[in-house]
Amino acid sequence: MIDLNTTAVNTWCPGCGNFAILTAMKAALSSLAEEGLPIENVVIVSGIGCHAKIADYINVNSFYSLHGRVFPPATGIKLAKPELTVIGHAGDGDAYGEGLEHLIFAAKRNVNMTAIIHNNRVYGLTTGQYTPTSPLGFKGRSTPSGTREAPINPLDLMLASGATFLARGTSHGLELLKKIFKEAILHKGFALVDVLQVCVTYYNMYEYYDKRVYELKDHNPGDHDQAEKKIREWDYNKDAPIALGVFYKKDAPTFEEGFKRGS
Amino acid sequence: MNELSILIGGKAGFGIDRSGLLIANILGRMGYRIYIYRDYPSIIRGGHTFSIIRASERKVACHKNKTEALLALNQETLDLHKDKLTGNSVVIYDSDSVKADNLPPAVKSIGIPAGTIIKEENAPEIMRNSCLVGALCKAERVPWDILDKEFRDDFKKYIDINLKIARRGYDSAQESYTVAPLNQKVLPLVTGNEATSRGLIKGGLKTYISYPMTPTSPILHYMAAVADRFSLKVVHPESEISVILMALGASYCGDRVAVGTSGGGFCLMTEGLSFSAMAELPVVIVLGQRPGPSTGLPTYSCQTELHFALNAGQGEFARLVVAPGDAEEAHQLSQIALDLAWKYQVPAIILTDKDLGEGTYSFDEGSLPEVRRAEIHAWDGRSPYKRYLDTETGVSPLAFVPQKGNVIKINSYEHDESGLTTESPILTKKMQDKRLRKEKYLAEELAGYETVKIYGNKNSETAILCWGSNKGVCVEAAEKLNLKVVQPLYMSPFPAMQLEAAIKGVKKLIAVESNAEAQLVKLINLYGLGVDETVLKYDGRPFALDELEARLREAGV
Repeated sequence: MIDLNTTAVNTWCPGCGNFAILTAMKAALSSLAEEGLPIENVVIVSGIGCHAKIADYINVNSFYSLHGRVFPPATGIKLAKPELTVIGHAGDGDAYGEGLEHLIFAAKRNVNMTAIIHNNRVYGLTTGQYTPTSPLGFKGRSTPSGTREAPINPLDLMLASGATFLARGTSHGLELLKKIFKEAILHKGFALVDVLQVCVTYYNMYEYYDKRVYELKDHNPGDHDQAEKKIREWDYNKDAPIALGVFYKKDAPTFEEGFKRGS
Repeated sequence: MNELSILIGGKAGFGIDRSGLLIANILGRMGYRIYIYRDYPSIIRGGHTFSIIRASERKVACHKNKTEALLALNQETLDLHKDKLTGNSVVIYDSDSVKADNLPPAVKSIGIPAGTIIKEENAPEIMRNSCLVGALCKAERVPWDILDKEFRDDFKKYIDINLKIARRGYDSAQESYTVAPLNQKVLPLVTGNEATSRGLIKGGLKTYISYPMTPTSPILHYMAAVADRFSLKVVHPESEISVILMALGASYCGDRVAVGTSGGGFCLMTEGLSFSAMAELPVVIVLGQRPGPSTGLPTYSCQTELHFALNAGQGEFARLVVAPGDAEEAHQLSQIALDLAWKYQVPAIILTDKDLGEGTYSFDEGSLPEVRRAEIHAWDGRSPYKRYLDTETGVSPLAFVPQKGNVIKINSYEHDESGLTTESPILTKKMQDKRLRKEKYLAEELAGYETVKIYGNKNSETAILCWGSNKGVCVEAAEKLNLKVVQPLYMSPFPAMQLEAAIKGVKKLIAVESNAEAQLVKLINLYGLGVDETVLKYDGRPFALDELEARLREAGV
């Protein structure tokens, strides 16, 4: 393992699901570096929210952006230097709320980057409001009587938008998370990993997820229809088994390939 | 005649714009200096559209209301612009669709059956333009071979049929007055937007990102058209929010990058502007003004975003704002903006407007001085790299990813020298001081540039204060009225001392601005300076030379 720690003091709550993502990402990067990935080529782009502190906690290049604005700078970075390995960390409020149009366009363009969505289905840093993936009836501080809107299924939306790698993990499943992160980073094209990350303070779903998750087996990620079926098995709202692993994978030309570059 | 004004008008979709440029090019070939004012509605087909082509022996950058030739492709054009005719004007019209009744007595009218001619030639309606252009050349005694050459160079296809129709117009018209070729260098024509684009490219632009919006869309089109030739990356993303954030990503990697928009798009860019300042990621924003509030008048002009440009974005930060007044200044200041933004790692705004951006000028690139290159404070390579190292000038050494053994961390939060988030009161003040210090050094550097220009009678006790695209009309009016003109080129950091020196000895200072609230006056008030009179116009249309003269006289000149 290479040392990827910084001097920043970690301020996540004890038990926060973000620790699993941080550990898995450091392990994935360390392992890739050992396999030959130049670590100085890695850039983490983050939004604003609890998840985004990861930019301070990993000793690689980072671009600590604005709320909702992970994908435009990530695209700009790939445009300028396509050889860089760009990993965008975004929250569910970031990626699926404030910055949804950017997410759709990044997938549509098939920007060669990785998107890790810290999907805790609640706003943590602003102290407990609903997000685009909170279930119908979610009682948050801005919706005390419960939301009147059903959540979006982000993987379904991403499949329709043109993403070429779609996966899901949880913050209770470090090994799988590490494996998925590595595969997502190595994928050529827009790879999105929706991580069911648990917020222990505002929406503790550990038990709920533990009872329902299962790992995809005998699944062909090259089969669009099979991927769609598995993605739609759980709609982030009603009770259903929750599949983990890589749902979909496809080869397609990337956005940045099409540009002529001067010296 | 060595000075004339030609108005050509019709409906949007008639090809007025193209014909205006064709006429300008013919006169340009004869050594004339050109300015074209384009007036068109925000409509793709229909509505009244016209171009005023002004040709002169001397450099010009404004239009006049009085016109020596009026080319009418429809009745509306003649009815709307009849008041611009003078004693020796000639009216050239399509006699198949226009009735030229009740013209002032001395006006000469030349009716050409353009509709019939194109039918006989089995040509599309748009070629009526060629017919009237041919007639205009005859009326002005422009030699046929000049028109012939221009058509052959200008048209990529249908050259012969256009020439045939132009010849029929030429042969049907009568000579009216002589526009003689001038014995001076022929200059190419460019729009302000093209001049800005070329300046940016000359300044080392690598990437241009923009969402289409009048009046800066032509920059996007120009950059996209020349992208391969200059190895530029040109992107049209999903919104202006994405535009500026994408630009900051490219800036982080060391690309010199610019974006273009108008007020509405700039509203969406303000969070990115503030981020650019906090993260010290340079970017150049071309802000083409058009009348607001809100959607306003999309295809018209104004000078209403001065204070928006100066104050947009949360927090307090340094920015460079330049305000070019014509194509040549747009070309020079675009290079300077790019250069200084990178040297000081600050956002820079090039404040233009629809009249400057879409106006056409004779452009003498060869006569422009080379813009000296500002030195970038590059990292010396000694580890460990700190992206926000505090220095005497506040400017941190610049390095771009990847750097082996070092990380480059940029941050929208307040941060320490290495780019890690902080909420420490000591660091907060230290880093804010560091960023703001750059403004002081930027202002000092600007003192070595020409920041305030003076024209006209430098000893006059009456002076005009103007900025941006009003320069051309103010300079010409001042020459006629024997006045002095003072034009600041930089709005931030504001060259208050240079302005004060420029207006020293002036007893009556008159501000001429295209807005309702005299925005430059408000700005100079902050520095203890003021004006005696204001001449303001905010109907979306530029001052015509004769109009400004009258307004200045009303103001006591």
